[in-house]
Amino acid sequence: MTDPTQIADIKIPPIRNGTVIDHIANGQALNVLKILGVNESNIDSTISIGMHVPTHKGTAKWKDVVKLEDRELDPDSVDKIALIAPDATIAIIRDFYVAEKYQVQLGDRVVGLVRCSNPNCITNKGEPVTPEFYVEGRNPPRLRCVYCDRMLSKISDNLL
Amino acid sequence: MDFYDKDLVSIRDLDREKIEYILDLSKKMVPYARGEKVKRALDGKILGNLFFEPSTRTKLSFESAAHRLGCDVIDVSEMSMTSISKGENLADTIRMVDAYCDAIVLRHPYEGAARLAADVSENPVINAGDGAGSHPTQTLLDLFTMREAKGSLDGLNVVLVGDLKYGRTVHSLAEALTMFGVRLTLVAPESLQMPQDIVDRLRNKGCNPKKTTVLEDAIPQADVLYVTRIQKERFPDPAEYQKIAGTYRIDNSILRSAKSDMIVMHPLPRVNEIATEVDSTPHARYFQQAFNGVPVRMAILCSIMGGKIDD
Ligand SMILES: Nc1ncnc2c1ncn2[C@@H]1O[C@H](COP(=O)(O)OP(=O)(O)OP(=O)(O)O)[C@@H](O)[C@H]1O
Ligand SMILES: [Mg+2]
Ligand SMILES: [Zn+2]
Repeated sequence: MTDPTQIADIKIPPIRNGTVIDHIANGQALNVLKILGVNESNIDSTISIGMHVPTHKGTAKWKDVVKLEDRELDPDSVDKIALIAPDATIAIIRDFYVAEKYQVQLGDRVVGLVRCSNPNCITNKGEPVTPEFYVEGRNPPRLRCVYCDRMLSKISDNLL
Repeated sequence: MDFYDKDLVSIRDLDREKIEYILDLSKKMVPYARGEKVKRALDGKILGNLFFEPSTRTKLSFESAAHRLGCDVIDVSEMSMTSISKGENLADTIRMVDAYCDAIVLRHPYEGAARLAADVSENPVINAGDGAGSHPTQTLLDLFTMREAKGSLDGLNVVLVGDLKYGRTVHSLAEALTMFGVRLTLVAPESLQMPQDIVDRLRNKGCNPKKTTVLEDAIPQADVLYVTRIQKERFPDPAEYQKIAGTYRIDNSILRSAKSDMIVMHPLPRVNEIATEVDSTPHARYFQQAFNGVPVRMAILCSIMGGKIDD
């Protein structure tokens, strides 16, 4: 477990309480916040974002990291992060130490988070319908539209 | 069999057993489809034929199938055209039609329209083609045609030729055929080959299709040659289209290397993918295939709307 005084990889000061989302795919930190619905108007503590941080885990050279102070994310709400950052880990920090840690994991379906990339799909035609996808692969995430049956081509470009 | 009151949106809603049930029942329907026997199995029922897109063949064969079973048809094509232009959404149109009939047949230009309709409708929805999406009754009648001609689908050598990229009909057909251990050969120009995600799906189901650009190579082993139209719009360059279309044209000379009992199928309408000289050969099966739309759709309507046929 990390000694808070030894957090070498990050030029972000340690937090006392909150959530660390680590091992986010390079460049996806802002999308992670978007998916979580976290923005400056609905949070009253500090959000620190590390982008293009060196990493040695797996084959990636760079990663993004997000730290939310005084906020604990529950597993259900964070699983959707797996859409754009399937390797992300969530660490709940209490009194400077990692109290809980888990890996994000998509369920069997994704409802309402992304739109279908097929312009001819009925879900893109002004109908009262929530886009829905079957999860056919997790890393990388592969989604198939429940309606038009097409594979979603680029998830991060189609976030709602 | 568990069809009563169920939607038919995609061929993937059906497993082998269900497909075989429909094919068996279709066979029983043939004399009724020809008018040689009469049974008003769906007397008093009303079918809503909702066509947002012209498709004479599919629409007529559903109508014919319904009438042969004594089922009334309300044809809402014109009304639906007006509601689309008035800006009413599909969900509302479906709810309205749903209130007037016992089952809905839907043809729509947008992919996934049938799934949406099935979500909002109380009564069962039968997908009669949604844009480039699925068209399960076409797949069933194609399977029926092959089985009637060959006795069985198992282990057949099926060659699909033409536009394998955009033609969703061939995607569902290929996928359905994997349930019968069919050997598939995909003949198309590079730019119109079957998309990789569909090929992957076929592989996952234990079928490893051969791909080629050369039609001649595929003919000798074929039991079934399934031809689809290559659309001009797919080619930015008209000269390129002419060249490709010429390469994949079926005529008597190319059929010389075919097995004597090889059948040629085509979902129709054809433009010039198949020379008319082929029509009078024993290979031609496309007009039979068009007729088969009636008994197969009778079997589907009967199963879904709760009719009984005893032979
Ligand atoms: N008090 C803290 N303030 C800010 N960040 C912290 C704090 N404690 C841990 N972290 C960060 O939380 C993440 C998870 O911590 P952990 O101790 O599990 O890291 P690790 O041993 O590097 O594990 P991993 O293999 O997941 O990188 C790391 O990015 C770590 O830098
Ligand atoms: Mg680390
Ligand atoms: Zn879609």
